[in-house]
Amino acid sequence: MNSSVKRFEVFRMFFAIVIALLISFGIIFLVSEQPLTAIYTLITGPFKSKRNFANVIEAMIPLIFTGTGVCIMFSANQINLAGEGAFHLGGLVAAVVALQFGLPAGVSPVVAILLSGLAGAVFTAIPAILKIKTNASVLVSSLMLNYIALWFAMFVLMHFICDPSIGSASYLIPEASTLPTLIDRTRIHPGLFVALAAAILGYIFLFKSRIGYELRLTGQNEGFARYSGVSIVKVVLISQLLGGFIAGVGGGVELLSPIYTRFSWTSLLGYGWDAIIICTLAKNNPLYTPLAALFLAYLRTGASIMARYTDVTLEIVQITQGIIILLVVAEQFLSGYKHKMIAKEAMASLKEEEVQ
Amino acid sequence: MLKNILSPDFVNAILRASTPILFATLASGIAAKAGITNMALEGMLLFASLFGVIFSSLTHSFLGGLLITMAIGGLIGFVLAFFVLQLKTDEILAAIAINLIATGGTVLLLLAVSGDRGASTSISSVSAPVIALPFIEGIPFIGAVLSGQNLMTWLALIAVVVCNVFLYKTPMGLKIRAVGENKNAAESVGISSKRIQYIALVLSGVLCSMGGYFLSGGYMNMFTKDMSAGKGFIALAASSMGADTPIGGFLVTMLFGIAQALGNLMQLTTIPTELIQMIPYLTTLIGLAVYSYTVMKRRNRLGAH
Amino acid sequence: MAKETVLEMQHIMKIYSNGVVANEDVSLELKKGEIHALLGENGAGKSTLMKVLFGIESPDQGKILLNGKETTIRSPQDAIAKGIGMVHQHFMLLPSLTVAENIILGVEPRKSKLFIDMKQAIRSAKEIADKYNFDIDVTAKVEEIPVGIKQKVEILKALYRGADILILDEPTAVLTPQETEELFVQLEKLRDNGHTVIFISHKLDEIKRICDRATIMRNGKSMGTYSVNEISTNDMSKLMVGREVVLSFEKQAPTLQGVMLEVKHLNAYNTQGVQKIRDLSFEVQGGEILGIAGVEGNGQTELVDAITGLSRKYSGEILLKGTDIRRESIKAIREQKLAHIPEDRMASGCAAHLNIQENMFANQYTDARYSGKFMLRSRAIQSRCDELIREYLVKCKSQKQEVGMLSGGNIQKVIVAREFSTGPDVIIANQPTRGIDVGATEFIRRKLLEFRDAGCAVILVSADLNEIFSLSDRLAVMYKGNFSGIFTDVAHVTEEELGQYMLGLKNDFANGGVSHE
Repeated sequence: MNSSVKRFEVFRMFFAIVIALLISFGIIFLVSEQPLTAIYTLITGPFKSKRNFANVIEAMIPLIFTGTGVCIMFSANQINLAGEGAFHLGGLVAAVVALQFGLPAGVSPVVAILLSGLAGAVFTAIPAILKIKTNASVLVSSLMLNYIALWFAMFVLMHFICDPSIGSASYLIPEASTLPTLIDRTRIHPGLFVALAAAILGYIFLFKSRIGYELRLTGQNEGFARYSGVSIVKVVLISQLLGGFIAGVGGGVELLSPIYTRFSWTSLLGYGWDAIIICTLAKNNPLYTPLAALFLAYLRTGASIMARYTDVTLEIVQITQGIIILLVVAEQFLSGYKHKMIAKEAMASLKEEEVQ
Repeated sequence: MLKNILSPDFVNAILRASTPILFATLASGIAAKAGITNMALEGMLLFASLFGVIFSSLTHSFLGGLLITMAIGGLIGFVLAFFVLQLKTDEILAAIAINLIATGGTVLLLLAVSGDRGASTSISSVSAPVIALPFIEGIPFIGAVLSGQNLMTWLALIAVVVCNVFLYKTPMGLKIRAVGENKNAAESVGISSKRIQYIALVLSGVLCSMGGYFLSGGYMNMFTKDMSAGKGFIALAASSMGADTPIGGFLVTMLFGIAQALGNLMQLTTIPTELIQMIPYLTTLIGLAVYSYTVMKRRNRLGAH
Repeated sequence: MAKETVLEMQHIMKIYSNGVVANEDVSLELKKGEIHALLGENGAGKSTLMKVLFGIESPDQGKILLNGKETTIRSPQDAIAKGIGMVHQHFMLLPSLTVAENIILGVEPRKSKLFIDMKQAIRSAKEIADKYNFDIDVTAKVEEIPVGIKQKVEILKALYRGADILILDEPTAVLTPQETEELFVQLEKLRDNGHTVIFISHKLDEIKRICDRATIMRNGKSMGTYSVNEISTNDMSKLMVGREVVLSFEKQAPTLQGVMLEVKHLNAYNTQGVQKIRDLSFEVQGGEILGIAGVEGNGQTELVDAITGLSRKYSGEILLKGTDIRRESIKAIREQKLAHIPEDRMASGCAAHLNIQENMFANQYTDARYSGKFMLRSRAIQSRCDELIREYLVKCKSQKQEVGMLSGGNIQKVIVAREFSTGPDVIIANQPTRGIDVGATEFIRRKLLEFRDAGCAVILVSADLNEIFSLSDRLAVMYKGNFSGIFTDVAHVTEEELGQYMLGLKNDFANGGVSHE
């Protein structure tokens, strides 16, 4: 991509975010009796205390995982939305391993998280396999699978690991399996580094490795990939397995983090859908997912602080997210401007050629 | 168990479970016939179930609430169409965005309107009426099935017929099918595909909102957070399994209703409820795979010969 | 023949935004009640001229006179309203609808305002079919009727909308001889009814058989309009195929180095399952260029797809350096040092949104020089890419530029650079210089010769006869799925002769043709 078009894309995204925020602020004005306080809290809340800022970092971690996983799945041009279920199952598997395996401290979280990833990988591969074997739409089957994952997790929770004294939550996760807190009086945990590593490794995989290259060729032009000798089936499977693995690891890490003390996920948490906005903002490049996750986490944290102190609910963020997706993905949004710029550049390069 | 299955209650349970999905399935079918995957059904259902509660309460009338909800449903369809057709947004991502906005927007609106969080307990909404049929009522079994159904269930069944007539007997229906099958061919005889797709998505929104209305005003008597619970997605799958035709969609939806009603019966047995809850999604998934497989095989056979 | 003129296109000039001059001062005059042939090679500008007439493209210069009055045709709808109908080569029909529904689509008869009056529709469709003697069951679904009938439906569609002037784009390309004959009878009937038909074709015998006059096009220009009775098929083919200024290459005599590729009794099918190649056998040696000429659609695509492993819908044997490739993956075939310049560069030759570097290594990233077991060696790739950009004179800002942003010629150079940089033993070049500038064209042709001199076996499939003549050591003409002629003494083949083989007027292997189903 040439540089001015790239710059334009960044500007366009920035502009889309600003508009989405302005619309959200407009909504706050409509629904709130103290709109200015609400908006002020939303924006400055995360900086108000160490704890608040720590919340941003904590919220970032699962977003980086699912965002990276979905980036890899989408890069192969597979609209697989099973990242949601993979994250959920990841959490379940981590809880089961922690509660049932009785592994020693140090080993237990590692095994639990790896198995979480494995569960996620197998799970997201199902739509791809169904597509290859039966030609069933990846989109539709992945949507169904998410609910199957939810109820499967409920089943395991209620029948195998349920703490009867609580009702719909598992027994306490034993300390041998939990991830420690890194900074006092926060819940920031080493999962942050795993997440950042996943993003960086995801980037290296996608842009520096052989399979990643095959994957991008396939995603960009399947006909060209086939012509070049790429095995499409292999590439699609690997991308879905790996994407699900990362999402699953995300679920495992999240559950073993200090944020949860038990497995109590009785509904889908929505990280799969959040991943799509992360991907959109990161333009399918895992390297940018931490940045996109930081933005979203900041917005979330700000909103939840706002919800605590004012009359505006947390859900305003989902509206902001929706508008951002709509505007960022809308090809024609500011497209007139883009055309002008490309034309200008084409003219300039023509002139250059004439001079030569 | 068998006695339960043969009872009118069982048939009622089927119809009750399938009514909202049937509306959404028809909505998905019309959009699909025009060549667009409407994954925003989920958000449309959710929005409609809230607006149904709000506007039936404001107008103190079932009909007023329903009509306004349908109009808003059409508007959401229009917004989706605007982004997809005008701004060239990917239809799946646009739908995801609308669904997100619906999830957050309904909670926000509910709070703003009523101060309730999570459920519309303080709004006194008007549910769709139950239709008693005076003479038929007395007939054993049939009477118990036909009489006492919710009006929306009847409307859904009527909608199947109307959609079928619309798609296959009217000029607009013909144009919708033409655009969905081959845009170029339709445009070569002077049909504006954009206009047709706008119309199809607006209609899709209107139909879907009727299903949403039933969710909070018939199936249940209030709005609860996230009450669509994937029904829009199930409808998407059901419609494609029914080859996106109204009749096909109806049959698949009934099948789904049977699975659901059987599941409800199974709750009397020792099978864990969680697994029973999984049934609709699992049947849909398996059904979809089987259906897609047969279509693929058929196409391959045609290609080979 | 003092018939009145119904339509005149005067001095039409059409330049596409990529700078290709598709029509240069072309004039066409149609008389009422004639069948007028429009004859020319692929890319001669026939389709562009017809697109202008049908309102799909607007001309840059020139005017259109309909019944003596100047008019502008803005869109196909406009053209239909003015009595011009077009039957596209790829049918614009909706398979799941019935014949009658297809005919009335967009102009449906109604009953009680809301509904389609299907009975009336069927009646009208039947009426119009009867009027022109078309024997069609109008209630049948289009997906269930044979190709010949589909075409009739297309013609009826135009007639139902009141077309006086009917454009038929290569109507017989998909028909059996019987269906063709039937079509001709019907066209004659249309003519007798006062309709004017524009008949686009390559088939000289058919033009002789059915047309009154013919306008011949070559390279975007009109070569004149002739009364079909007064011009011989030989003259027609000469006007159509005539050679332009030849870019001459100094070519040494080939030094043959043994058979590299062998095709034995190949029968191949297209994606729809229609047989496109019948019992074709030939071999290519190292150090020679085998040129394959022919009108498009005579099996060239299927031949290339079979040799390169892209399609397995064939029987017979293809031996690449002695090994049968039937069970080999595309990758394994490529590892046998086979290079392939694809026909459609955007569909399968590149990924427009990836950069030059990423496009340059799609066929060789597994080479130990460019990647280890898992990782790409980006430094080696980068420096090699710069080398190739320099060697192949790719004009670009940097190797990080998206390929889609380059000009057609430069995209093609990227593809050629990629394919040739592996040091191939066999090159399949399918339309290697189609639609690109003169500089890039000459460059690519020189490269092909270089590789041939280095001992590479080259198959060159091209619609550009210039290219075929100047590069080929042997020249084969493809016609209906087999070779109609093979020439070893290319220098002495006249374009006239070649045209006759391409159009099936001559065939040295006459009994090998494919009958269309």
